[in-house]
Amino acid sequence: MLLALTPALTLFLLLTPIAAGLTGTLLPAFGWLPVVGATRFSLEPWRILLVEPGLWRSLTLTLWTGFATTALALLLALALLATCQHTRWLERIRRALAPLLATPHAALALGLAFLIAPSGWLARWLSPWATGWDRPPDFAAFGPQDPWGVSLILALILKETPYLLFMSLAGLGQLPAGALLTVARSLGYGPVTAFLKVVLPQLYPLIRLPVFAALAFALTVVDVALIIGPSTPPTLAVQALRWFNHPDLHWRLPAAAAAILLTLLTVCSLAGWEGVVRLLARFSRPWLTHGGRGGAGHGFRRLALGAGGLALALASLSVLALFLWSFARRWSFPLVWPEQLTLENWSGQTHQLLEVGWNTFAIGAAATLLALLLSIDCLEHETRRRLTVSGRSLWLLYLPLLVPQVGFLFGVQVLLAWSGLDGGWPALVWTHLLFVLPYVFLSLADPWRAFDRRYEHTALALGASPIRTFWRIKLPMLRGPVAVAAAVGFAVSVAQYLPTLFAGAGRYATISTEAVTLASGANRRIIGVYAVAQAALPLLGFGLALWVARRRER
Amino acid sequence: MSGGGSQTLILAGVCISLQHRPLFPPLNLTVHPGEVVTVMGPSGCGKSTLLSYVCGTLAPAFQAEGAVRLGGRDLAGLPLERRRVGILFQDALLFPHLSVAENLAFGLPSGLSRRERQRRVADALLDAELAGLGGRDPAMLSGGQRARVALLRTLLSEPEALVLDEPFSRLDAGLRARMRTFIFEHARQCGLPTLLVTHDSADAQAAGGPVITLGASAAD
Repeated sequence: MLLALTPALTLFLLLTPIAAGLTGTLLPAFGWLPVVGATRFSLEPWRILLVEPGLWRSLTLTLWTGFATTALALLLALALLATCQHTRWLERIRRALAPLLATPHAALALGLAFLIAPSGWLARWLSPWATGWDRPPDFAAFGPQDPWGVSLILALILKETPYLLFMSLAGLGQLPAGALLTVARSLGYGPVTAFLKVVLPQLYPLIRLPVFAALAFALTVVDVALIIGPSTPPTLAVQALRWFNHPDLHWRLPAAAAAILLTLLTVCSLAGWEGVVRLLARFSRPWLTHGGRGGAGHGFRRLALGAGGLALALASLSVLALFLWSFARRWSFPLVWPEQLTLENWSGQTHQLLEVGWNTFAIGAAATLLALLLSIDCLEHETRRRLTVSGRSLWLLYLPLLVPQVGFLFGVQVLLAWSGLDGGWPALVWTHLLFVLPYVFLSLADPWRAFDRRYEHTALALGASPIRTFWRIKLPMLRGPVAVAAAVGFAVSVAQYLPTLFAGAGRYATISTEAVTLASGANRRIIGVYAVAQAALPLLGFGLALWVARRRER
Repeated sequence: MSGGGSQTLILAGVCISLQHRPLFPPLNLTVHPGEVVTVMGPSGCGKSTLLSYVCGTLAPAFQAEGAVRLGGRDLAGLPLERRRVGILFQDALLFPHLSVAENLAFGLPSGLSRRERQRRVADALLDAELAGLGGRDPAMLSGGQRARVALLRTLLSEPEALVLDEPFSRLDAGLRARMRTFIFEHARQCGLPTLLVTHDSADAQAAGGPVITLGASAAD
């Protein structure tokens, strides 16, 4: 059967674009890009990059937003777990996660911009009675006037906290966390201290890769930074993209150098983060056993729930603001609600929406289907051979999430253009697959491994063939996890911006690329339409998945 | 080993219901210092639920009434960590990220001098027949060694009562007898009122104290 070849094929599909892409970025970074007539290796691109006046500012901004986002999001996620682990709040948090995870980060960033802009919803609530503004004030709370990228950090935290919470909850599921906490508490430890001293040291190794992925994402994200990040100078990823899109194609050489610089920066940042975590672990070791019991942690819990609630409120209001704008006809400042509602924003876009919607759906569906096939085949192979994915292959799976998109998608584009494959469907689906596959595999792996193989053995003993057993017994029993994994994969694909841009060679627009492109304009009604559409597609997917999962077997 | 002293554990009219159906008739029970009372019954009779009520970890689905007093303190409404009730489970649940000695030190109260902490941990290691092996990874210990460390870790936290949730059921037969002696003797020496839940009558016999049998529930 083909089964034996699948793991190798999967790794090939994941790793070749990354390796080839990095090479394809490295070559122009050192002066070799025949398309623009550059055929001599040199350090000239680096010289141009290094004398760029905004470079150091870009670098510090990138590091600051990346580390601040990840540290705060991880802190909030762990604080919620530490203070709510033993309470009914945990279930409520779990339920609030799904819609937040499904909302694409670009839509959330656009909504947040609508909320906190000087003419945004929050300002409207406070105007003119509190602020005295009857016209939108003449400054921007984000964009050029937000040199420290506070809005960018906030937008990323809204997405990364649910992600880290979700991965931590999955990690806790692999530990006897409840029993360990009970033991520690019976020894007199307060619940929060018990979590920090007993559970966290065992949990962190299980969420190390997701934390790395979050840090790499925050350091290298393009779409959110384009929407809500500072622009003079922007983060390094956005700067690289600007040069790459420069009308003068020679700018692609320093663009490639910037992409390589960002890749190095990411590698160093991950190493630095890990170093700090290890230092913290070493220096906190005596604290673990010096006997301090800690208190009941009620104040700490209120603080964590307050911060979590604030994040949830901001995210919900952001989505609501998008929704309102997409139906608003007149909505002048400082009115809190639109004066008139209309369907025209939507109906005027029907043609365009259907076209980009179809592209989005088709790419997402194809990438998800492929990812499902490959993941299920790999997992089946693993079960039959009684192999488990070791730590090292898990790293390989995470690689597309750790290597900056800008870093290797540049090169992928260069290679695609060189081979004449750019702008084709296969290239588009393949690049989406790089990001869809890890998530689909990760969400399928646990249920697949937990499946009680005695059901299969029973069916086989009753005389069913292995193939029949798989289709009639195992797959129907696991249809819930399969449906959820498909929804996750689809949501990941819908949210992709850069892969579509680069692999599609600008020939294919998806809802994401449209929404991000529109974001630089000022028409909030149309932005609202596309952002709502972007958020609605994954939600539909999850709704469908839940329906499939709950449907009773005929 | 210094125990918490001589407290009495009293259960007065304790009754636990699930969906308004009582699991067992109201229970009155006095456990004197150093005494081991065994609660027996088939699975589903509510004996483990009773233990979780004493510890303060009763699942919210249950309704419970009746008082639990320990040395004059009313335990009602107190969180687990303030009851001073030590718990031992089927599994030793040693913390895998800490060494054997660190697991023991985890039980010690705060505020002791460094020298005193080291002395008490060394004594406990000696008691567990693990002298000199404090630096070991708990995963390297045998089942019996793990169970002894778990008990001593609990005793180092100076509890005022001990609750044992089928602590011998995972041990093989030969080890079981030795662990019974080890645990019951320590409980007696420390003067701890001890509540033992088991379905093995040999455990009850070895405990030597009163035995209470909870009937099978209607749902069983």
